[in-house]
This record gives sequence, structure tokens and C-alpha cells, in this order.
Amino acid sequence: MSIERGDVEKIAYLARIQITDAQLDKVTEDLSRILSLVDQMQEVSTEGVEPMSNPLDMVQRLRADQVTEENQRERFQAIAPATEAGLYLVPKVIE
Amino acid sequence: MHTKTAAEISQDLQAGKYTSVEITQVFLQRIKQIDSSLNSYITVSEEQALEQAKAADARRAAGNAGPLTGVPFAHKDIFCTDGIRTTCASRMLENFVPPYNSTVAQKLLDAGAVCLGKTNMDEFAMGSSNETSYFGAVKNPWELSRVSGGSSGGSAAAVAARLTPFATGTDTGGSIRQPAAFCGLTGLKPTYGRVSRLGVVAFASSLDQAGPMARTAEDAALMLQAMAGFDPKDSTCAERDVPDYLAALNQPLDGLRIGLPKEYFGADLDPAMADLIQAAIKELEALGAQVQEISLPNTALSVPAYYVIAPAEASANLSRFDGVRYGYRCENPTNLDDLYMRTRAEGFGDEVKRRILIGTYALSAGYYDAYYRKAQQIRRLIRDDFVKALESVDVILSPTTPGTAFNLNAMSADPVSMYLADLFTIPVNLAGLPAISMPAGLIDGLPAGLQLVGNYFEEARLLNIAHQFQQRTQWHTLAPQGVPV
Repeated sequence: MSIERGDVEKIAYLARIQITDAQLDKVTEDLSRILSLVDQMQEVSTEGVEPMSNPLDMVQRLRADQVTEENQRERFQAIAPATEAGLYLVPKVIE
Repeated sequence: MHTKTAAEISQDLQAGKYTSVEITQVFLQRIKQIDSSLNSYITVSEEQALEQAKAADARRAAGNAGPLTGVPFAHKDIFCTDGIRTTCASRMLENFVPPYNSTVAQKLLDAGAVCLGKTNMDEFAMGSSNETSYFGAVKNPWELSRVSGGSSGGSAAAVAARLTPFATGTDTGGSIRQPAAFCGLTGLKPTYGRVSRLGVVAFASSLDQAGPMARTAEDAALMLQAMAGFDPKDSTCAERDVPDYLAALNQPLDGLRIGLPKEYFGADLDPAMADLIQAAIKELEALGAQVQEISLPNTALSVPAYYVIAPAEASANLSRFDGVRYGYRCENPTNLDDLYMRTRAEGFGDEVKRRILIGTYALSAGYYDAYYRKAQQIRRLIRDDFVKALESVDVILSPTTPGTAFNLNAMSADPVSMYLADLFTIPVNLAGLPAISMPAGLIDGLPAGLQLVGNYFEEARLLNIAHQFQQRTQWHTLAPQGVPV
């Protein structure tokens, strides 16, 4: 399956990665090459094969719904780019 | 002192031949003298190392020392270490100082091991040459014009150059075994779930496993003993007891059944590599092993399926790097989308972006069945091949890599050719099995590795075979030629 510049612009937005017009051709070419490798999968029939998401077919353990951690907000926010009054700061979303 | 193995240092500390502070200073000094030519460390945590060494000496004086107490080691810079910068070799985390320890870091700290610093790697563990690091490539101590391998290339180079006795690594598609092979080391990828992933910066969560990188199987056993075990904070960590890996090292190999997958020994295998593997097989036969041909028919589909599954999981895992809670943030964002998009464009390198984009594509509406679901179905076929083969043999033997360490910049322009070189290691991660790479000889002066794949949770057997092989051979004792050892 080949991929077009428009597809790359769309997935780059989905992934929230800015790609400049100057980079777009190169990225499209690289992704196309990877996808042609990946497309070798289509040569084999997998009808009726159950998809495997965990190599041991394990089911994720659940834990009791109990509070086990103490609040460390100040410690965790000390490494944030911008905070104020215990909140993370981002550019204004609503005018 | 710096040429001793971890097991030897452990004995010497116990015998009181020197203190942990003394041996720690020896390695810190050596890193200062030599690492500028290798670039194997991103951060050397001198102050904390000396504090830990002092504490280890006090613990020994109090009679509470364990086998690793006071023994220096290095962490791949993917393990979160409380108060010590953890970059994952990315600009995104260039100044990230974690407020907690990964479980592996905590376990080694509890064992009293002394962390010298954090080793270089491919950015977010994505790469096979250590050339995608934001902090620059690592050079192979055997020949400085060559790559160390990746993604745990800094750990491999540091251990090979005797800048630490052993180091931690992580392996998602071969990232412990391939650099171990390229640098002449013993490296073990445990069974998926054997070692906790908590606090190991996530790449592909259903494939990632942490493990030891060392010069000998004995040292790898020593380190795995401290790393392995159940962790209630990792929902995929196995609830199983950890066997005594050291005690298993001396089991005889009589009757060991070794399978050689015919798909790995095709006509295109480098004749020098084929000869070297044959010579190693002769040694194992002399130890009592029997060899037979087996088949892993879906081998060729491994790399294509991996390059859907790993990027898909990576795209989800790396969505957390948004410039809001920690890590890099772009300058003067005009709005929230601009903040996300420029932070991630500037914070991630090219290979990481490629994989996020591939993963995003594979998971996007309309493509999920053709890519992600298909890859997961193929993953089961590959796993079933291994399970079937391991009914008739105990371990599966192959080269770790098709060739020895390649030249710096030789493959970086063509990502797909580099991906294809991981064809012997990737299937093992898809199956979730344990595998070890051990030094099996030299080709044109460069080390080559032999891979053994075992059944689920049979790490002890792999370490045992490698240890017995190392009692008969000298390959693991050879020192690299590119730096003074």
C-alpha cells in the first residue's frame, strides 16, 4: 500500500508532530519504504488465527480499588515546564 | 582491578582485599580517562556513586552484605533513577530527573550495587546502531570506526571497555543481544514478564524486557538474580518464583537437545559466520549436546509484523510526551496544538518520529485490520512455530546477527536495511521467549555472537549452557583492541 503526501499530513496531525513542507517528501518516501516491508504480511493467510496481544496470552491483573499512593503533587510538578497554584499551565484554550 | 568480573569483585570485597569506595573510584577514574573516545555514558553520577559505595562498605562492616553489595554497575539511560537524570537519549527528556526509581533500579539499590552512571542508547531504544541518540553515537571499543550496536549500545561498549563490570539493558527486538554480540559480551533477554517494566521508559509494552549485559554468563546470572521477580506495580509481570541462577550454572549438558532452524541457516548466511557457528556447535557437542534441524516456517514474517506492532505500541506510549507535565516544551507556543506539535517535532529525533507515524497510521481508522490485527495474527503463528519446535528440542541455536559490527553511518540512511538485519532476534520478542547471546569467536578481528533461545522462564538453562561453553572456550575473555584495557 503506498502512502501519499496528504496521508502523511493527516497522520502527522493525528500524532501531533509538526512536519514542514520541506520535510514532507522525504518523510513520505521513508514511510512508503517501511510500509512496503510491512506489506509482506499480506502474502500469508491468517484466516481464523486469533490475534495475540500478549506473548503469554496473559490477562492483565486487576487490583483492589483502594488508595495506595500518597499525594506527591508538589514533587511531581517540580519537573513540569510551567505550573501555577498546583495546576499545569498551557496556552489559553478558550478565549 | 578494572579487568575483574563482577563475581571476582564480589569475592574480593567479601575477602576485604579492597573497599567498594576504592573499586568505585577506579571505574570513575577510568570513565574520565577513556570514555571521551567511546561516548558510552550520558551521565556519570560520581557523587551518588561514592555515597552508595560508602553505604555499601558500612553495610558490609555491619554484616549485612549480599553478593552485589558494593559492586559497581551502570544503568542503560532508560531506567528511571530517583534524583539522577534519565534522558532515554532524547532531547525530549534531556533534563528529566525522575521523582522515583524503576523497580529494577530499586532492586539493585536494595542489593547494595553501586550505580556509576547512565549509559548511552538509541533514542527511546529505537535503533540498532546507537546512532539515533541525541547525545551522539557510541563507538565500538573493538574498532572505533564501527557501531557498538543498539539500542543498548552504551551499556555494551562500557562493559566491553571495562568501564563497568556489568550493566543493565533492555531488549524489544534485540537491543540487548545485538550490541552484546557486536561488543563480545554475554547478554540475556529474559522471558516477557520475568523482570518488572515499572519505571523503564516504555517503547513497545508487549515486547519490552530488561536484562543483564556482562562479560560472563556467571555475571549475567548474578545480575539477573537481583533484577528478576514479581512486581505488583507491573500488571504484566509474572507471578513466579525466581530460581537460583548461580546454582544452576554447573549442571552438566549431557543429553541437551539443540535445534538449528533451517530458515536461519540459508544459502545467504555469511560463510564466515556459518563456520564460526559450526565450530561453536562442536564445542557444545563435546559437552554432551545433540544437534538436530528444526523449522520455524514463519520466520520471514517476523520483521514485517514487528514493524507494525512495535511502532503501534510506541505511538501510544510516546503520546505522553506532550510538553505539559514533564520533559521538553517548545518556546512561545501560540495555542495548545502548536504546543503539542512543535514540542514533539523538536523533542523527538527522526527515527522516533518515523515510528510514531507508522504506528499512528497502522492504528488509524480503516487500516487497523489490515495492519495491527494482521500483525497480531502473524505474531501468534510465529509464537506457535517456537512452541512446536521446543517440544522436540531444549534450546534453539543460531547466530545472534547476520554479521559483525558495521561501520558508523553505513546503514543510517536506509532504515529498512537496518531493520532487516535484526531478523534473528526479533522473532524471539514476538514469541516472548528468553534468549541469550554469547561470544562465539572473531571474524576479521570483530566479535560474533551465538544466540540460544529457551522455553518460557528457562533463563537458568540458558545461563547454564553459556557458562559451560565459557568453561571450554576463551572468546568471552578477549579484550577489545580500540581502547587501552
